[in-house]
Amino acid sequence: MARKRPEPVQVIKQRRDAVLAALVHGVPYINFLGIEFDRRGDELTAILPYDDKLIGNPMLPAIHGGAISGFLEVAAVIGLGWAVLWDEMERGELDADEIISGHLPRLPKTIDFTVDYLRSGLPRDAYARAKVNRSGRRYASVHVEAWQDNRQRSFAQATGHFLMPQRKPDSDD
Amino acid sequence: MDKVKFAKQFVAALPHCRELGMRLTDIGDGVAVGEMPYDAKLVGDPETGVLHGGAISALMDTCGGAATMSHPRSPAGTATIDLRIDYMRAATPQQTIVARAECYHITRSVAFVRVTAVDDDVDNPVAVATGAFTVEQ
Repeated sequence: MARKRPEPVQVIKQRRDAVLAALVHGVPYINFLGIEFDRRGDELTAILPYDDKLIGNPMLPAIHGGAISGFLEVAAVIGLGWAVLWDEMERGELDADEIISGHLPRLPKTIDFTVDYLRSGLPRDAYARAKVNRSGRRYASVHVEAWQDNRQRSFAQATGHFLMPQRKPDSDD
Repeated sequence: MDKVKFAKQFVAALPHCRELGMRLTDIGDGVAVGEMPYDAKLVGDPETGVLHGGAISALMDTCGGAATMSHPRSPAGTATIDLRIDYMRAATPQQTIVARAECYHITRSVAFVRVTAVDDDVDNPVAVATGAFTVEQ
């Protein structure tokens, strides 16, 4: 039996990037902070480009702890939501066009979120990566690390627990 | 200038707080109360219009820091060491969030703070937080 010819790489890339962009830019708060995501395969890096409105203490100056925690939470939720979507996309179960046209899937809900502030956030761009330590049918646990100039020197980290969106029931039940 | 007026002006001078429309309404003796009006730009779930947890955590962090600074045994500034937030329910769209932070214990180096955030349904908190803040000497 002849295998189905794989899709051209540009088609796959374009679809993955469009799904990610729809997911990220559909949330007003993410746009308010100006967060973008860089994708390499399934791996995401969240980027918080520096902006004066992120400053907490203008005397230092340092990024506000609330902006940092918001950034980490966004990185965690999108990282987790993306991991689920990715698996569905790979299994061919996801209608990418529906998402791209604005019918966004429900994102996981934060149950709790604990942030460690390790160093003050400098007035520069910040980056974050989330690691899904456990993702079950109902609950997930995610760890996030954020850094600025030096990947080895995190300036903040967080762990959060999330409630997974319940899948739509199958049409036959 | 008295401490209360200073703290209110201090928070009003923080760009991120100004951007979120935050203001302190009461402060003194290790307690700070702040509010943040509902704003469509801070929505985390576009389908329901519910505010993003990040905006609420920014309010709780700010009030926690202000509570620490207002404590009689806190000499000066502060920074957050850690903050844990439990999101108990979705904030009702269009309603202002009010956070009340209390510095319930302070040593020479660390302030321990609890924060409760509510919307109009004041008996049913939206979120609670506990945090540790530095005490700058």
